[in-house]
Parts: sequence; C-alpha cells; structure tokens
Amino acid sequence: MAKLSREDVLKLARLAKLELSDEEIKQFTTEISEILQYVEQLQAVDVSGLEPTSQATGLTNVIREDTVKSYGYEHEDLLKNVPAVEDGQIKVRRVL
Amino acid sequence: MSGWPAIADIATKVQSGELKAVDLVEQALKTIGEKKEYNAIIATTEARARERAKAIDTAKSGGRLAGVPFIAKDNFLIFGAETTAASNILKGFNAPYQATAIERLEAEGAICVAKANLDAFAHGASTENSDFMITKNPHDKTRVPGGSSGGSAAAVVLDMAPFALGTDTGGSIRQPASFTGCVGYKPTYGLVSRSGVVAMASSLDVIGPLTRTVEDAALVLDVMAGRDNLDSTTIERDAKGYINLGSSLKGKKVGIIREHMGEGLDPKIIEVVNEAVKKLEAAGAEITEISLPSLPLSLATYYIICPAEISSNLSRYDGQRFGYSYENAKDLNESYMQSRGRGFGKEAKRRIMIGTYVLSSGYYDAYYKKAQTVRTKLINEFNEVFKEVDFLVGPVAPTTAFKIGENINDPLKMYLSDVMTVAVNLVGIPAVSLRCGDIDGLPVGLQIMAPQRADYALLEAAKAIEGIL
Repeated sequence: MAKLSREDVLKLARLAKLELSDEEIKQFTTEISEILQYVEQLQAVDVSGLEPTSQATGLTNVIREDTVKSYGYEHEDLLKNVPAVEDGQIKVRRVL
Repeated sequence: MSGWPAIADIATKVQSGELKAVDLVEQALKTIGEKKEYNAIIATTEARARERAKAIDTAKSGGRLAGVPFIAKDNFLIFGAETTAASNILKGFNAPYQATAIERLEAEGAICVAKANLDAFAHGASTENSDFMITKNPHDKTRVPGGSSGGSAAAVVLDMAPFALGTDTGGSIRQPASFTGCVGYKPTYGLVSRSGVVAMASSLDVIGPLTRTVEDAALVLDVMAGRDNLDSTTIERDAKGYINLGSSLKGKKVGIIREHMGEGLDPKIIEVVNEAVKKLEAAGAEITEISLPSLPLSLATYYIICPAEISSNLSRYDGQRFGYSYENAKDLNESYMQSRGRGFGKEAKRRIMIGTYVLSSGYYDAYYKKAQTVRTKLINEFNEVFKEVDFLVGPVAPTTAFKIGENINDPLKMYLSDVMTVAVNLVGIPAVSLRCGDIDGLPVGLQIMAPQRADYALLEAAKAIEGIL
C-alpha cells in the first residue's frame, strides 16, 4: 500500500522539476496516497499470458523519408515565443 | 432554440451567395458577446475571422464548409489568437503553425471565430481546473458544463457557432456533451491528426466535433479524418467517407453493458437510459445484455496510464523555449523548478506527480506496465463482445451536471466522473454522446460505442437513434 511521506513527495517533485508550496506538499501527500491506493486494485488482477498494449490500433514503426520540407515558417517565427534569445539562439541560465 | 441551420445547408447557401460569410461571422461574434457571462470563450479570433469571411465571399471559392463559423478548444494551435490550453504557463503563446485539423477545416472554407475554455491542459471534468475561469452550464449557471471540452460544449448549446472542436482523452468530448445536451463525437484513435494540438496523453488523445446534430458531426469528421504525415499514429480514412448516412436500426444488434447500468450510478439515469433502449427496440434493434468483466478496472487503469503520459508530455514546458519563464532564477535547475512550479496549476502538478511516481524506477512494472497489460485484457473483452453485437449502449456519466465547487476538493471523486467514458479511449474505439432525456431540467447523454474503424456505422446508428429519441 502506497502511503507517501513528505520526503517521498519532495523527492517526486525534484524528479518532476516542480517547486511546490508547503500547502501543496501537504495536500499532495494525502491526495496522491489516496489516488495510488485506488489504482492499486490492479495489482490483484491476473494478466498471465497477456502482453502490454501501448498502441491501441496496432500500428508499428510508421516511417517516412527524412527530407527537408518547408512548412512556410522561418527560423525567426519559431523563436518568437522563446523567453530569452541571443544571436538567433535560445539562451538558458548557467547549468553549474 | 437553434439559431443555426444544418452545416451542409449553410455551406450550400454561402456557395450560392444566398448567405454571406461575413454575416455569419458577425452573427457568431454577436452571440459570443451577448453570452459572455457563461465564460465559454477565452478569446475571439475576430480580426482573422472577418478577413477570411471577406475573402470567401469575394472569391466564391466555396468548399464543403464555406463560411461556416466554428469554435476551437483552446488547445488547438491556430493563427489569430494565443493558444493557452487555459493554462498560465502557456499564456502569451502565439502558434507559429496551425493544427492539421484546423488546416483541413479552413481548406473547406470553415472560419474559426473563437477559442473555447477548458480545464487547463484538458485535465478535468468540469472546466474548474481552467487557470482562467469556470464555464457555466447553459441550463443552470450554478452548475458545470462538464469537461474538459466544457467551453466547446457550452458554446454550441449557446448557439455561438454551428460547431466546436474538442479533444477527448478519457471522456472530454462526450461527458460535456452529456452535461449540456449536444452531440459529442469521439472518433477511432488516430482517425484525426493531432498535429498542432497540445498533447495530454498520447496513446489516448483524439480530436472530435461537438455539434447540434449527428449529420453535422459526420460532415466535420469527414473533412478532418485521415492520414497525416505530421502524426504517425493516424490511420486511413474509410473509403466511403463519413457522410451520406442511412438511418435504419432494423436488425442491428445492440448490447447493453451490464457493468454500466448499476453500482455508482444515479438511478434516475438508469431509468432515462432504459427508456431510450426501449425506443431502440421499438425501432427494430435487437437488444441483448452483455458483460465486460474488466470494465470496472478501466478507471484505475486510466489513472495510471494517463498521468504517466501527461508527466512525459508536460516535460516540454520547461521555461526555456516557450511559455512562462521565471525571471529571477540563478541557474538552469532553479529556472526549471520555478517556471514549472509557478506556471502549472494544481491539477497539472498533481498529475505530473502521479505520473512521475508510476514511471519511476522500482514502480514501473507494478503500476505502468501492469496497467498497460490490463489494457490488453480490456481490449480482448471488447473484441469478444463485438463478435456478438454491432454497438454497445449505456450512459455517458454517472450523474447529470454537478454544482460548481461540488467535487473540486476531492480529486478522486472528480475522476469518477470519467468512469463510463475512459474504457473507450483505452480500447481506441469510437463513441458518441446523444441527448436522450432530461432529469430536473438537466440533459442526460446516451453513449453509443462501436468497434475500431466502424465510425461510419456508428454515425449511421447515431443518426437513427437521434431520430427516435
């Protein structure tokens, strides 16, 4: 039975890159435990002999030629939504 | 009540010059303005809509949807307005390209006039998770319109446009259609390209129309359906298309789903659905009760697979390439943490957290892989049942439209609103919601399901059923 602790929630938030408020941490500790307990009913289900399904219509490896095609927009159009741009490139904060 | 003729008739009259696209666009914009209090619309695309209408009137170029105004859920990338997915993190985002579905509708002369409200990123069943506002149910302003395509459904019922587009990952077209009393069509998985639509859970997401009649839905689907190189999960369209529907139920085998007609359901809904089933029988359908033993597991299966895929899809909102970015971050990690922490609403965060948990090392097999295998079990059961019957029929939701605020503090209870609809997405089959009655002035939807790729047959049956309800 999944019963998450405050530390579990903090660890998940770090993995998911989410800064959470104290109130959210408290709330999620209870709520996510409840939701996990609900979905745990699957663990008792017998699925022997069955394979997992990730694609419901059964398509596999749909491939196409890797060619350059113009869709009518320019490099600058794509950069318009970027928070910080320098010399036509996306600028990010220092990594270390 | 409806201020709009059939979509095919509008287009014919625009082609002949009897109606003007500019007048249709003004009519839509006027209604949107008059009914602002319902919070169905996030923004209009009026400048672009007026330009397009003028061009269509001048060129007389026609098209099967010539001059037909429509409203897109705000998770479709479109020119002329921001695409926000009703989320703060995407506020201010102007799409550099349009969704394939929008391109195909525009190529036939349809004109987008506005973007509809939704639960942020389509996470929800009431529009209460919108980061901007709550849409009100057209039948009772104290109640929700359903969700996540609640703005689209309300807009159609409020006559803001002849049709709206929605997306359906676990019931997000059908449940709001049921709560507001319009037609909500969820196609076979992959029938409509999702290129240019904000991704939620990619193995479940589909696009579909919300309309006032089945024929309108069929025409809109016919324009959008088919393979698209920009979405490799798309499937071939049916050679005969999805229009020119017959309308007889004679000899059709209809299964009533036992698991959807009992526990956890408002008994009044069972009554209304049973009344509808009697009418199907009177119209010549052969009714049998069928059982899908794993159906009660579908909600738990869904609430593992769906958040898992959400946590992956929402990782792209990192504050670096587009969307909200926290200005005072010292380094990249803080920029990620703060941009996402401040930009995402509570439900998006909740689902990212659940998804991260079920995909994390040590839990992957027990949760995610197990859910994907139970999904196979469910698919097998549906395949078996569809050897016996042509269609399955049942309710869309366990209740009629609930009060604003009634479920918002209990996420699990909110999730239960999807209990009748999620299996369809897990199995990839088409389904439709039709209004089959009312309880205390609130609409009740009938859900009809068909096997994968049987969209034409399903629309035909839905048209017949619409005629007798």
